[in-house]
Amino acid sequence: MVSRSMIRLFALASLALVAGSAAQAAVLPDDRADAMYHRYEGGGVTIDGPSLLLRKKFAEKYSVSANYYMDMVSSASIDVMTTASPYKEERTQGNLAFDMLQGKTQYSVSYTLSDESDYTANTATFDVSQDMFGDLTTVSFGFSQGWDEVRKNGDNQFKETVDRRNYRFGLQQILTPRLIAGLNYEVITDEGFLNNPYRSVRYLDETSARGFSFQSELYPQTRTSNAIAVNARYFLLYRASVHGEYRYYTDTWGIDANTVSLGYTHPWGKRWIFEAGYRWYDQSAADFYSDLFPRADAQNFLARDKELSTFTSHMFSLGATYELPALGWDRIHRSTVNLFYDRINYQYDDFRDITTGGAPGTEELYGFDADVFRLFISGWF
Amino acid sequence: MRKSICLALLSCSAAGATGCASVEPWVKPYERQYLADIVMSAERDPVAASYINHVFEAREGARGATGSHGGGCGCN
Repeated sequence: MVSRSMIRLFALASLALVAGSAAQAAVLPDDRADAMYHRYEGGGVTIDGPSLLLRKKFAEKYSVSANYYMDMVSSASIDVMTTASPYKEERTQGNLAFDMLQGKTQYSVSYTLSDESDYTANTATFDVSQDMFGDLTTVSFGFSQGWDEVRKNGDNQFKETVDRRNYRFGLQQILTPRLIAGLNYEVITDEGFLNNPYRSVRYLDETSARGFSFQSELYPQTRTSNAIAVNARYFLLYRASVHGEYRYYTDTWGIDANTVSLGYTHPWGKRWIFEAGYRWYDQSAADFYSDLFPRADAQNFLARDKELSTFTSHMFSLGATYELPALGWDRIHRSTVNLFYDRINYQYDDFRDITTGGAPGTEELYGFDADVFRLFISGWF
Repeated sequence: MRKSICLALLSCSAAGATGCASVEPWVKPYERQYLADIVMSAERDPVAASYINHVFEAREGARGATGSHGGGCGCN
């Protein structure tokens, strides 16, 4: 006669086996639906909107997903306030993805269309991932091809294109029963019209009352970037985890960047999971960036985009997930409500706020805080 | 010289191939319950993760190696 404790032990071992295989073995993503409201507010810009995701497996070998995403932009940013007028616009994005599992190999293809009044982006992706060495290691390769059309509101004759290609490699490795580490490497090449058709650079001009004038920015037609990231996640001695990541980035425009992020995840009771995180980002300026050029047409390429300047950002994050009591619906076996809040501080080292006044090149350096909210519900079925 | 390098490479490949086949998982499937816990999931909320990566890409010069892929946009 088998004792009750033996049955319990067997059940626990079986559960651990199933859970263990789910941790790393090739499995298709869960069937789920998500509805999110997102909001970004900072630097005179407010962007909010919905994001909806639906993902479903069939025949245990295939999975399809669809995502609808929208940005409603209201912009009175520093760029807009100094050289243009505040504006409102919308961007919608649709994504369809298909995954196929064959043994320990997963194939994924997807197509994304992003559309706004002056920019249309198409992206097709193909990825393969393979589990090996007793499912301790997962290797993945991927390729994306993007083809974009850049337009300019108010100028029907303006139409340019951008060709984008991404090549990525990933490695995920279980190191100990509590530690998993990963490495991601990605090369991205862009070719075409890469600057913003509205943005201007400023240059010293004695004939102007302010001492400076503006001219259109001009970027190189190509850009190639390399990024490598290593990350690790560790299960603590009590039920909680810590994770960290470091990324190094460099590109042919002369931008070098470092990113460090750290996070802590802690469940509370049966229904709550809390998260806290910190992310530090630092970059050097593009070779052809200047806040104030010495004269008009000072060099072949000209940029005064603050995203290409030297700056540092700090992000503090908090998140809470609450698992709802059983809804009593046959189809949904688990559902959660989630709220994530991020506070990001950007401080620029060579981008000046020209609205503060003063002699050209002596204005106060620019900086701002942004608040980012993600509120969403998720259901698994 | 070239021949010996080729032979060495071939030997390494063969050793690697047989080595691959005989690699004994040092973390057994039944030892992975911690790794399967929800607090260890890096992609627990794909919609939220994809959004925050989009926020970074729109405001930073760096891009890529995030382990995910979004589409392009004129967000700068």
